[in-house]
Amino acid sequence: MFRTCDITGFKVDRKVEPLIKANAVVAVVSLLLGVTGALLLVLTRWQVVHLLLPDWYYRMLTFHGLNALVFWIVFFEIAGLYFGSTIILNCKMSTPGVGWFAFILTILGFGLVNYAVLAGKADVLFTSYVPLRAEPVYYLGIILFAVGALIACFLFLANLKKAKQEKTYEGSLPLFTYGLLAACIIAILTIATGAIIYIPTLLWSLGYIKSLNPAMYKLVFWGFGHSSQQINVTAMISIWYLGAFLTVGGTSINEKVSRIAFMLYIIGINVASAHHILSDPGVGTEFKIFNTSYIMYIAVLASLIHAFAVPSAIESAQRRRGFTKGLFDWLINAPWGNPAFSAVLLGMLGFGFIGGVTGVINGMEQTNTIIHNTLSLPGHFKGTVVIGTTLTFMGAAYYIVPLVFRKKIAFFKLAQLQPWIFAGGVALLSSSMYILGAFGIPRRHYDITFTGSAFTHTFNPATDLFWVLFAIGGILAVTGALIWIIIIVVSVFFGKSLTGPQDMQLAVASPAPEAKEHKGLEAPGTLVLSILFMVVFLTFIALNYGWLTAMWEVK
Amino acid sequence: MSAIPPKEGWYYTKIAKEEKIWIGLALVVCLGLFATMILWHVYGKQNPSFTTYKTNVHEFNALYDAFVEKYKVGEEHGFAVVKPDPNTDVFMRAQIWRWEPVLILKKGESYRFHLASTDFLHGFSLQPINMNFMVYPNHDYVLTFTPTEAGEYKVICNEFCGVGHHLMVGKIVVEE
Repeated sequence: MFRTCDITGFKVDRKVEPLIKANAVVAVVSLLLGVTGALLLVLTRWQVVHLLLPDWYYRMLTFHGLNALVFWIVFFEIAGLYFGSTIILNCKMSTPGVGWFAFILTILGFGLVNYAVLAGKADVLFTSYVPLRAEPVYYLGIILFAVGALIACFLFLANLKKAKQEKTYEGSLPLFTYGLLAACIIAILTIATGAIIYIPTLLWSLGYIKSLNPAMYKLVFWGFGHSSQQINVTAMISIWYLGAFLTVGGTSINEKVSRIAFMLYIIGINVASAHHILSDPGVGTEFKIFNTSYIMYIAVLASLIHAFAVPSAIESAQRRRGFTKGLFDWLINAPWGNPAFSAVLLGMLGFGFIGGVTGVINGMEQTNTIIHNTLSLPGHFKGTVVIGTTLTFMGAAYYIVPLVFRKKIAFFKLAQLQPWIFAGGVALLSSSMYILGAFGIPRRHYDITFTGSAFTHTFNPATDLFWVLFAIGGILAVTGALIWIIIIVVSVFFGKSLTGPQDMQLAVASPAPEAKEHKGLEAPGTLVLSILFMVVFLTFIALNYGWLTAMWEVK
Repeated sequence: MSAIPPKEGWYYTKIAKEEKIWIGLALVVCLGLFATMILWHVYGKQNPSFTTYKTNVHEFNALYDAFVEKYKVGEEHGFAVVKPDPNTDVFMRAQIWRWEPVLILKKGESYRFHLASTDFLHGFSLQPINMNFMVYPNHDYVLTFTPTEAGEYKVICNEFCGVGHHLMVGKIVVEE
């Protein structure tokens, strides 16, 4: 049974809608849990308040990581995979029953993991490095969740096959779905790696295996732990392309280039996980350099290509709509009142300038010595998964609410501000964390005054200022996230129904008109912005190598 | 077109000039980063080592005990204070929640550190200069350090190792 969407014209399978909704709702619940954890953690690490006791601090750290980094993002991605392989392709869900089975598995995993963590059965943090041991129920929960997610990936592929067979679309896949396909392939590889590490760990926790090699564990774990972040990056960039299309009718100025960049991700991105063991005794130097550089830069190159392709798609469309003055007229006159647009744009800027720049420092063998396990590290990934992925997903939700849930967005004025509050908060939080880390402040640490220890260390007094900025940024970010959750929950459960296109608060742009004639460059503003980015990027790398020379010599 | 299939012939569209410039620049930067890591091993003085030995708790404890016995000069807060000769092997042990022993080193001299844990993973974080390395059980991580400034340094743990993780602090003194 199809309904035809009166706004987009897509044919929507009525059986896939409840599946998308169910996964999206659990995603929001997970985010709420994650954000609650975040608030408690900010108020503990900011030692002026120092809210929690040590055992609950570490427990909350585990809880926050799993809900914010895994459950929120993966449930949302499953909803996105179903959306991109059915509605976008005018196709039916191949086997909705299996979709519900996968949903039950993921929900079971979600429940078991959260139970294990809150009951104190898994004080091992997100990474659960052996020989730290959680009770079997924790590993079982993770495995059930992963199996559910894996089934969702295969359903995505089954839907693509069905759409191809029934010829529900013409020619090649839309770029958005193509990007999701890349994400899906990376996801399958990632989850397979997860199975390789979590199944023996479960058996070890049950007592069937006597011991596990910690170096082996850490190596394989990151094949799962970091690669899962690459799924997020790929899905996020797919949404950026979709966002450029929905908000200003922009399409990649060269489809081939964007598609090749997605292929480079599949080839090069997973080995980048090796940068988690750059400061470790487990593997040799050649392994480190080969994996984190030669191959990893294939993925960095792909990211740099996307970083140009998405804004140039927006710029080119805006120019063809008549915003041709100067370098940045197109950007100034962009639809900033559309929260999905501002979310995508701010997400892109934050991801590039904070997450991307710091990420390459983490991924270089020598500079990794400066940031390894300091607060810089979570500072970096707040710049990638929070301001990038999470904000992008939040922006996408502003379209999902009217188009899938058929509801108007509640408190629309507040929704227009929300991306700015959230992005501002996270940007402040993650940059202060990065700077605190550069002063040597460790991550995952309950008390940096070391009260009760035989020796203590006093950090540079300048850190006091950055702790205040950390707290302000953290509270602002939590506020921005809570506003989004309230808007979504009120819209979906108590909001006014959407009766037709006249109720649509966000524009669904028509494709931009064809260029009349080609004169000069298509996207000069983007080129200037990209080169500015490159200058910041290279300066930061040079600074870090400069700091290295001030340290003890080591070889 | 991101939400609808691309127009026929998309594969043969010429790449715009500015996109070509950008991809070329990006490629050069990527290769430059790759070269930097290798060249730093040749010209730089701060590189993680090439050397790790396989060990076990029993063997490492024996090496550690012999080292402390040979160079011990005193005690502080129940920790042995050890002053090894320059250019010798130095053993530092990580276990919940201590870094042992307290070390006295000489500025400008090299010491061949052996870092290992006897229980969980730990993070060797040398402050205030902020150099960070991982310490594993059953792996003897060999890092040859040359202190470049005199002063008092602390080793804090920055890998979660249980509920007392934040109490794990060691001390290294560098003399002129």
